[in-house]
Amino acid sequence: MGNLIAAKTRVCATTGLSVDLDAQRFIKLNAVFGVVSLLIGAIAAYLLALTRWETVALLDPMDYYKYVSLHGLNMLIFWILFMEMAILYFCATTLLNSRNFSRILSWGQFGLMFAGWAIVNYSILAGRASVMMTSYVPLRAEQEFYLGLILFAVGALLGVMNFFGGIYIARRDRTYKGSIPLVVFGALAAAIIAVFTIVHGAIALIPTWLWSLGVTEKAPDPGWYRLIWWGLGHCSQQINVCAHVAVWYLLATLTLGAKPLNQTVCRVAFVLYILFINLASAHHLLVDPGVSAPWKMWNTSYALYLAVMASMIHGFTVPASIEVAQRKKGIGGLFGWLTKAPWKDPGFSAMFLSLVIFGFGGGITGVTLGTHQINIIAHNTLRIPGHFHMTVAGGTALAFMGLAYYVVPLIFQREYPLRALARIQPYIFGAGIVIMGIGMTLAGSMGVPRRHPDVDFTGARVAVDMGAASPFLAMLGIGGVIAATGAVIFAALTAYAAFFGKSNKGRAMTSWQTPEQDRLTKNLLTTAWDPSEGGKLKTSGTVVLTLIFLGSFVVYYFANWKALADVWYVK
Amino acid sequence: MSIFAVPNGWVKSPHGAERLWVGLALAWCLVLSAAMPYWHFRGKQTSAGEAYEVTPADFDRRVQKFVAAGQVGDRNGLPIVEVPPGGHGYMIGKNWQWYPALKLKKGVEYKIHVSSADYQHGFSLLPVNINFHVLPGYDHVLTMTPTEAGEFKVICNEFCGAGHHAMTGLIIVEE
Repeated sequence: MGNLIAAKTRVCATTGLSVDLDAQRFIKLNAVFGVVSLLIGAIAAYLLALTRWETVALLDPMDYYKYVSLHGLNMLIFWILFMEMAILYFCATTLLNSRNFSRILSWGQFGLMFAGWAIVNYSILAGRASVMMTSYVPLRAEQEFYLGLILFAVGALLGVMNFFGGIYIARRDRTYKGSIPLVVFGALAAAIIAVFTIVHGAIALIPTWLWSLGVTEKAPDPGWYRLIWWGLGHCSQQINVCAHVAVWYLLATLTLGAKPLNQTVCRVAFVLYILFINLASAHHLLVDPGVSAPWKMWNTSYALYLAVMASMIHGFTVPASIEVAQRKKGIGGLFGWLTKAPWKDPGFSAMFLSLVIFGFGGGITGVTLGTHQINIIAHNTLRIPGHFHMTVAGGTALAFMGLAYYVVPLIFQREYPLRALARIQPYIFGAGIVIMGIGMTLAGSMGVPRRHPDVDFTGARVAVDMGAASPFLAMLGIGGVIAATGAVIFAALTAYAAFFGKSNKGRAMTSWQTPEQDRLTKNLLTTAWDPSEGGKLKTSGTVVLTLIFLGSFVVYYFANWKALADVWYVK
Repeated sequence: MSIFAVPNGWVKSPHGAERLWVGLALAWCLVLSAAMPYWHFRGKQTSAGEAYEVTPADFDRRVQKFVAAGQVGDRNGLPIVEVPPGGHGYMIGKNWQWYPALKLKKGVEYKIHVSSADYQHGFSLLPVNINFHVLPGYDHVLTMTPTEAGEFKVICNEFCGAGHHAMTGLIIVEE
């Protein structure tokens, strides 16, 4: 059994799992470029936050557009996808006790993604592609911008193929017994979504690239482009959701020894993502010309909201697994499992904050804004970035930060410096994102547009006064600066640790938790136990939390229908 | 454990609180799904996406004809055009302004045609906060009834190039 070659494998001194050295190299390479992208995006974030904060109004409009483009691509695409590649390598090898599938494919993955990353960042910084992440035609960037995106996507596709190959050889060589672990299952769901995401990207961007080269004369139809591009743009965010939910499960196990109550429920929820998320691209077209109301309603309802239901299920199963593990350790009370949780472990705090911000902040707003008619009072206002900063930054990015606090000691085999700062970093970043997200949401509710450097409309023929939104734009600015600072602290600590951190080769990583917490978690990880225990281990705290969640959801949702009912009649 | 392979035989239905939550989530999703069709028939606001193919040049000609026929004033050089009650009004996004300004009456239904001469734009009516997407080549027809009188501003909320931040327009509604 097994396919690992001893000379190319090491055994992790902390977890006892086998690490394929080939996969380890690619985990490192991808993680490093992910963190570098995060740093670039965070520097741009400072500039943007300080521009939208009107009392500072830092950048002039053309610079603002350039840095929005830079921020969007580095944060939403580069940081996230490099990290996801690292996760795929890890899941297909270490968690399956298997080897990396193909070194050639792996170099292809990294090489193409690196080339695309370099070309796109050059193009934007040189002022040749200030077209935003969405590059809506007929806006036209210089041709290398589209080429860079295509290369990056092809690289990602090779990474996904290598992952599928890895799953295949692990199964063929019987490196594991039974079914693949839940975390790998989540990564597999993400990888499947990635395939059709990238195909959409190719269909939208290749004709656009040919047009930018002058090969074709006419730009792709703008309505068609939006439909197909969002097959890339929205589905790619669903890769993130799958990946960060998998990371939630992973971190819940690593930090607490948690075990899902019911594997079937968790896995079916991942399958629902695969089946229904593709339709979500319609969320961006809810007030578009040329697509009918029934089309919009059907597609925005995710075919009866089954993908939303999947997220609501994970929102229960993850905290429930934590609660049950804590109760198994003998911690009682309704919320003892939370108050006695390892809040000083940045792996745990990042994971739990990510869960809360994603659910309460990102999830509720996302479903509401994505409701066909409600979108009329939300489309392209600051409410939209308010929503997706709480999903992608507060949810995905924060979960990946928590992951890094374990990846660097376990895979790079180096310790973090300034551990006290690392312990508070998830709180700084999370707080910044929440303050900014609320500021954006409130300003957007007053109609303040996104992607706009100057809501004083200097030089406009018809004056527009948005002064009433100023306090909320200040909130955006202050929250943005705090969040960017949290991201820079993370990137700096992680980069330092990865290259110069104290080596822990040959011994267990320095724990983020107390020896007593470690002992209890280790007990759960090394003994067989049944998380349901015939219903003896309660999940009452989780039930209370999820009911509060559902109550907030209902209130926010119907408040928005009320707000819609008050505007002009329109269809 | 989420990180270990699971032995066969893991397929089982949820029970207890988990089962209850799955049921609640499904019920809520059915409410969400039903709300949109309900509003479609009972509500006053929707986006029907009514649109016709038109070249930017043709649409611009219609706008010019519309301005010539109905101009009743101007604001800093921007013509103000009165739309006949129940009739058709035209507004085009180009060179970073919404052209022309429209004059409407409260409580009257209009067909407002919005399109673009150049890039994608976002038609955003303030402070009402009504937002629609505007594409070149698409004559987007909004059937609109103002429910309040006053001066309303239109801004662009989709990035459309160098002058995007100064792109504004005007709709005046009289009692």
